[in-house]
Amino acid sequence: MKRNAMICAVSAATFAAAGFASAATVTIATINNPDMIELQKLSKQFESANPDIQLKWVTLEENVLRQRVTTDIATGSGQFDLMTIGAYETPIWAKKGWLTPLNLPASYDVNDVIKPVRDGLSLNGKLYAVPFYSESSMTYYRKDLFDAKGLKMPDQPTWNDINGFAEKLNDKANGVYGICLRGQAGWGENMALVGTMVNTFGGRWFDQQWKPTIDTPEWKKAVTTYVDILGKYGPPGASANGFNENLVLFGSGKCAMWIDATVAAGMLYNGKESKVADKVAFAQAPIGTSPKGAHWQWMWSLAVPKSSKNQEAAQKFAAWATSKEYIQLVAKDLGWASVPSGTRESTYANPEYQKAAPFAGFVLNAIKTASPTDATVQKVPYIGIQFATIPEFQSIGTVVGQQVAGALTGKSTVDAALKASQASTERAMRQAGYLK
Amino acid sequence: MNDPMKAPIWVGVLGWAVALVIFMPIFIIAITAFKTEQDAYTLSLFFTPTLQSFHEVFERSHYLAFVTNSVIVSFGSTFLSLAIAIPAAYSLAFFPGPRAQKTLLWMLSTKMMPAVGVLIPIYLLAKSAGLLDSVTGLLIIYTLINLPIAVWMAFTYFNEVPKEILEAARIDGASAWQEMLHLLLPTSLPGLASTALLLVILSWNEAFWSLNLSSSNAAPLTVFIASYSNPEGLFWAKLSAASLLAVAPILCLGWIAQKQLVRGMTFGAVK
Amino acid sequence: MTQHVLDALPAGTSATPAPARRAGNPLAKLLLTPSVAVLFLWMIVPLAMTLYFSFIRYNLLNPDQTGFVGLDNYKYLLEDPTFWPSIGHTLVLIGSVLAISVIGGTLVAVLFDQPFAGRGIARLLVIAPFFVMPTVSALIWKNMVLHPVYGLWAGIFRHLGLQPIDWLADYPMWSVIVMVAWQWLPFAFLILLTSLQSLDTEQKEAAQLDGAGPVRIFVYITLPHLSRAIAVVIMIETIFLLSIFAEIFTSTAGGPGTETTTLTWLIYSIGLQQFDIGIASAGGVIAVVLANIVSIFLVRMLAKNLKGEYDK
Repeated sequence: MKRNAMICAVSAATFAAAGFASAATVTIATINNPDMIELQKLSKQFESANPDIQLKWVTLEENVLRQRVTTDIATGSGQFDLMTIGAYETPIWAKKGWLTPLNLPASYDVNDVIKPVRDGLSLNGKLYAVPFYSESSMTYYRKDLFDAKGLKMPDQPTWNDINGFAEKLNDKANGVYGICLRGQAGWGENMALVGTMVNTFGGRWFDQQWKPTIDTPEWKKAVTTYVDILGKYGPPGASANGFNENLVLFGSGKCAMWIDATVAAGMLYNGKESKVADKVAFAQAPIGTSPKGAHWQWMWSLAVPKSSKNQEAAQKFAAWATSKEYIQLVAKDLGWASVPSGTRESTYANPEYQKAAPFAGFVLNAIKTASPTDATVQKVPYIGIQFATIPEFQSIGTVVGQQVAGALTGKSTVDAALKASQASTERAMRQAGYLK
Repeated sequence: MNDPMKAPIWVGVLGWAVALVIFMPIFIIAITAFKTEQDAYTLSLFFTPTLQSFHEVFERSHYLAFVTNSVIVSFGSTFLSLAIAIPAAYSLAFFPGPRAQKTLLWMLSTKMMPAVGVLIPIYLLAKSAGLLDSVTGLLIIYTLINLPIAVWMAFTYFNEVPKEILEAARIDGASAWQEMLHLLLPTSLPGLASTALLLVILSWNEAFWSLNLSSSNAAPLTVFIASYSNPEGLFWAKLSAASLLAVAPILCLGWIAQKQLVRGMTFGAVK
Repeated sequence: MTQHVLDALPAGTSATPAPARRAGNPLAKLLLTPSVAVLFLWMIVPLAMTLYFSFIRYNLLNPDQTGFVGLDNYKYLLEDPTFWPSIGHTLVLIGSVLAISVIGGTLVAVLFDQPFAGRGIARLLVIAPFFVMPTVSALIWKNMVLHPVYGLWAGIFRHLGLQPIDWLADYPMWSVIVMVAWQWLPFAFLILLTSLQSLDTEQKEAAQLDGAGPVRIFVYITLPHLSRAIAVVIMIETIFLLSIFAEIFTSTAGGPGTETTTLTWLIYSIGLQQFDIGIASAGGVIAVVLANIVSIFLVRMLAKNLKGEYDK
């Protein structure tokens, strides 16, 4: 059984290699977006400066990543030493005691991290994750198309304005659609936008007794507006479009307007990737009946799970990857317009960044005014803008997102979708013990 | 093969048309892989080929590590399942007890267990056995999920061996072991080879267990693909290059061995 | 015809077993044991754990809430408005893929049984999809073939002056079916072609001399000859199609709405997107029960089919 022996030898070797290297191996689970790929590239400099630490990258697409890290941390498997997680997971996992509070050196200058971002990643005054980049949402539009039709985008548009513009600018014959919005089902995809729309139309996820309020007129107004505008003036296949797809569409000149994450600005203004770099302009995220909760808050950040066996090395790398020096490194490699945004005051104070990124001040303002503790007109028992920071929300948001996507494709009506959402959310809340 | 006469010309045209339509999606990735990201979004066949996407893929991922894992896991598990399956198939084919039929069908029915339903139990078991992200863990899982198919196929080939030969050998006083080694294996070797090939293909392409039970040390090509599947920005050319790199080895193997596969994939369905 | 009649199943009817081969032979048992033992463990351990989880409250994100909940998990699952449709979707998916791959596979196999120029190479192209990873195949179909703006179909439609169709949104189930059938048709083709090539040419030639047209030959000679191979294709494909996952995960994620939510996807979504292991385990148990019901039907069909072969 020569072959068998060979296999044994190979697996033994693998084990030995893993065992030998484990003293200083940091396994990083991360998302496959361009910022993280750049980090992976530049991290070679970290490794050469820290020869005792070896980095191992597990780069996955967002859905797979979320599933993998959640399974890993919840079962305490310890496969990852550093995880890329979001604004939603950090406080919940910190509260469960799954994350290690971070111990950052003075040189890290933690006060330089933008305050609402820092607050969102902290629990009881302790920081549990460091932000790699953070974002809010805003309106992008094509100045050339607006000018051609003699239209003017106000600084603070309403959804009514957006609807009117989309109607006038929709030019399907020439392959330009009035508006592009997230349509792909998911609590982090279509529900991120719809969540802000619900807020700004005066709605909320739950009342003070944790009873879901999805069957209310506010929700109906918000979702009807969304379905109407995207259904009538959106691109074909809108129900499959998430952030990535819309970025490609807007960047190739197929959309007149797009409401999405502020991080897109850096990519849209980059002439190498975008055909509309000299034609794009921006405004605040549209409002409905109230300005509250109209733009979201999100940060992709690095956290060290309690189950990690290389806490110290992992923290060291997390601090390096979110440091001022790292931002300088990216600026040198790719130019200032492409540095990770939304994390540090010092980036926004830098004149070179201001020059390269005309949207800088605007984005900073959006990030600073996104308030997870004051995002709804009526009182709510939860924290969060486009989500509620409770473990059950992920499941609820997934199901409601599917229903909204179903309404968008016309497979069901808005009323039916909201009714089904209300029923399933009530069920979930009853099962979780919030409702009797 | 059956008919020495040439078929009418329209048969050839139709055959080629069908083949090209079926092959079209693979053709698309094969050419997109050599385009720039901007060109990738047009369907044009006229472009300057570039290796840029391949360069980027190689720079980002340790392709060789993924391929090595894929090769070890798929060939290793195939070998292990055959090693366990052949004796069982031999026993079922030549010493069928009253429950033999039920045993065989029961084995196949274990394949119907939905993997998603038992992921968490298996994950927890793998964790406590220290088999998360280990090649050994994947080898075990793949051996088990392929075992029923291996037993079934090996059984059908053994069944095709004319029983008289064995009778003759037995009268000559051959032991069961000699019988298996000298008589059975040579006659059913083509069939077993195609079994092995099928198992390698199935393990190579298995994406659920590998994605969930491995992360870096044991990660095969399916994990490699997951890192290219849906990123921001323009990505079709890189995705195509990565896909081509993931599919090419098994496709080549399949093509080289296709005669074997066509001859051997009978599952006892051929008289 | 060769002397030995094959039985794909080791039924008691098998050709005159010599006394030496009777069951109870200790060596035979010994050889069978490893396979049976490991498969038994592989089946029973996860199944027992799944069964246990299905009766307790177990949410990965809320591991502190535990305890026996009786049949609550089953109740929640059965009350889920997507549960029954998901079973329907599963059956539609399996049925359609089987129909397309068997009918299509037979036709293509008959075509490739004729000698034509370059047949060997054309055959390579036809079997190629079977070697492609399901994730890769779904990515190709979603992005490059069915995409409503940049896809191949959109290009063809625009060329013809038609409005491109958004396949994955408007015909999601059909898109998934075509995608999966594309992968499994080559498999059916391979087995059916093998079977066709073993068909006695003399029989066909005799029929030809009797003045039978190609259609009659196909219906009365070829098809009966293929019936057993078709049964095998249906059985093997069903086993794999019951747990189809990667294609849906990559292309539609069960949507839009719940249009392509199969039972497998529903369990995945509950267990690994919403992290409720309790309910997902209840789903797993139900899926195992259903899979066994399907397998009983399959075995019946296969056994009947094989019996028909014996009778001839």
